[in-house]
Amino acid sequence: MLESTKSIPAKDFVLSVEGLTVSFDGFKAVNDLSLYVEEQEIRVIIGPNGAGKTTVLDLICGRTKATEGSIKFKGKELTKLNEHQIVHAGVGRKFQNPSIYEDLTVFENLELSFPRGRNVWGALFFRRDKEVVDKVKEIADMIFLGDKLDTSADLLSHGQKQWLEIGMLLIQDPELLMLDEPVAGMSVSERKQTADLLHRITKDRSVLVIEHDMQFVADIADRVTVLHQGKVLSEGSMDRVQSDPKVVEVYLGH
Amino acid sequence: MNKFADFIARNQYSHMIILAVLLLVILPLSMDIFRLNLVGKYLTYAFVALGLVLCWGYGGILSLGQGVFFGLGGYCMAMFLKLEASSPENTAIQSTPGIPDFMDWNQLTELPWFWEPFHSFGFTLFAVIAVPAVFAFIIAVAMFKRRVGGVYFAIITQAVAAILTILIIGQQGYTGGVNGITDLRTLHGWDIRTDEAKYILYYINALLLFICLFVAAFVIKSKLGRLLVAMRESEERVRFSGYDVSGFKIFIFCLAAAISAIGGAMFTLQVGFMSPTFVGIVPSIEMVIFCALGGRLSILGAVYGTLLVNWAKTSFSESFPELWLFAMGALFIGVVMAFPNGLAGIYQRYIEPLLLKLSKKDDSPSAPTPAAKDASSDKADNNEETLTSEERKHA
Repeated sequence: MLESTKSIPAKDFVLSVEGLTVSFDGFKAVNDLSLYVEEQEIRVIIGPNGAGKTTVLDLICGRTKATEGSIKFKGKELTKLNEHQIVHAGVGRKFQNPSIYEDLTVFENLELSFPRGRNVWGALFFRRDKEVVDKVKEIADMIFLGDKLDTSADLLSHGQKQWLEIGMLLIQDPELLMLDEPVAGMSVSERKQTADLLHRITKDRSVLVIEHDMQFVADIADRVTVLHQGKVLSEGSMDRVQSDPKVVEVYLGH
Repeated sequence: MNKFADFIARNQYSHMIILAVLLLVILPLSMDIFRLNLVGKYLTYAFVALGLVLCWGYGGILSLGQGVFFGLGGYCMAMFLKLEASSPENTAIQSTPGIPDFMDWNQLTELPWFWEPFHSFGFTLFAVIAVPAVFAFIIAVAMFKRRVGGVYFAIITQAVAAILTILIIGQQGYTGGVNGITDLRTLHGWDIRTDEAKYILYYINALLLFICLFVAAFVIKSKLGRLLVAMRESEERVRFSGYDVSGFKIFIFCLAAAISAIGGAMFTLQVGFMSPTFVGIVPSIEMVIFCALGGRLSILGAVYGTLLVNWAKTSFSESFPELWLFAMGALFIGVVMAFPNGLAGIYQRYIEPLLLKLSKKDDSPSAPTPAAKDASSDKADNNEETLTSEERKHA
């Protein structure tokens, strides 16, 4: 198993979640949760089904509104912003099921995610210039789809769709990247490629990943947070978390 | 024949040119002015169908109240013409000369304030577009900012159509009530009822339709057009790509409303009156049928669909008036079930490959391949391509 005990530099937190609570008709899916992510850190969130992992990402990206608590991204309060404003602030989100535009080509999928011309007039008079084409090609090569630019996205394999969605995030160049089960449904070789891809793209940004595949988690994680019933059960390096008796009880040991 | 097939299949403007030849040359030469005026009237509905292609076909926003915008545009034009027709000399026998006749019948003694600006033709032209667009903007902001969509939006637009009809009929003194605004005569002294005027208006109408077609084509080919397709598929993803989805929906709905309104104004000019029968639920749904039959992803299909259904309506209802509505209903259901992309879809799937085959026979092998998916950087004919991929999805 890979040792991931990087020394943590004393920097400001990119993301600080404090006292976050969301209640659905009385059921607290996330309960008084606090979480701090540092610059350039790869943080993996694990936990049994229903622990509130996806809900945490939903809360950060604005898909769900928090009942209480605060989410600060680079000092900016996110709980008051709309989804697209949060994206503009520099947070990118990949969904659990590949969520791409199947009627459009790979090129168009990436182009739509290019951060320019994001209002009505900008989109109307958007020009596909060299900057856009170059950037799209660069990202496409990075996500192993360089030769599939003109393929309609609905013809891609499941793994390729996952990569395409990651690519759509990369082209936005977010400072915080949130990935919900990026290797779910992938073959072994695709997993390897994805882990490799994640290592490359996380050089200059922070990443928050939800994942079930323990081998994959051990491969990529700087630190691991274990959620259980909407609360943080344990936090630290993979080794520490794996040897935590509380974690073993609820999750790893079954 | 091969040359012709080649032209149609290869030239991206060929379909537009063929429509132009049909509307500007063939129809005017082959029809008397009565029939041509009828075609002109049908073409005003094509504006609405075109608007529906944008907001329903591409944007996925089904509006069952487009008659509202057609009607508002038409009423704005009718108000100007009515004021001109109600000069004090023409209305000397009324108890209050100088106001429209229906106001006099309803015991109004002075022109209501909102009629005043319609003395000016410049203001009227502005209002024809602005009034429906602002109205559409208010509806769109109220709905889309709250993320109301789909069936709920359709029902609300239908309710708006019903409400506006009731309002117009109820406020007889201000709107002419159920009769509408009738007896329109001149535009700046130019008699719009003569045959010559009807020819000119037909051509102005056709010209405006082409301008709207070009605007629609521009929007569809722009990134905004691709965003609309993307939104139709996955609104959430668009939102998380950093776009304010409601802004785009508001824009396309207002654009569709403005285009419909131009049709309404041209209707008033060509037919010579405007009434609430063109505002309500029935005409609004008919417009959706025109659009669906023509193909809701094809701007030209909308024009052909409108012409064909109305031509069928006229000839069919001359012989079997009571059966027409059933026939149209059956046609609508049939087309939607068998050919979800309407006539344009049928053309794309069956006729275009045939034309390409014909054009390829006597050609060098260097000919570009038909399914031009390969040239993504040169997506000139985006409209057709989106349709093919949509076709494939349905197939």
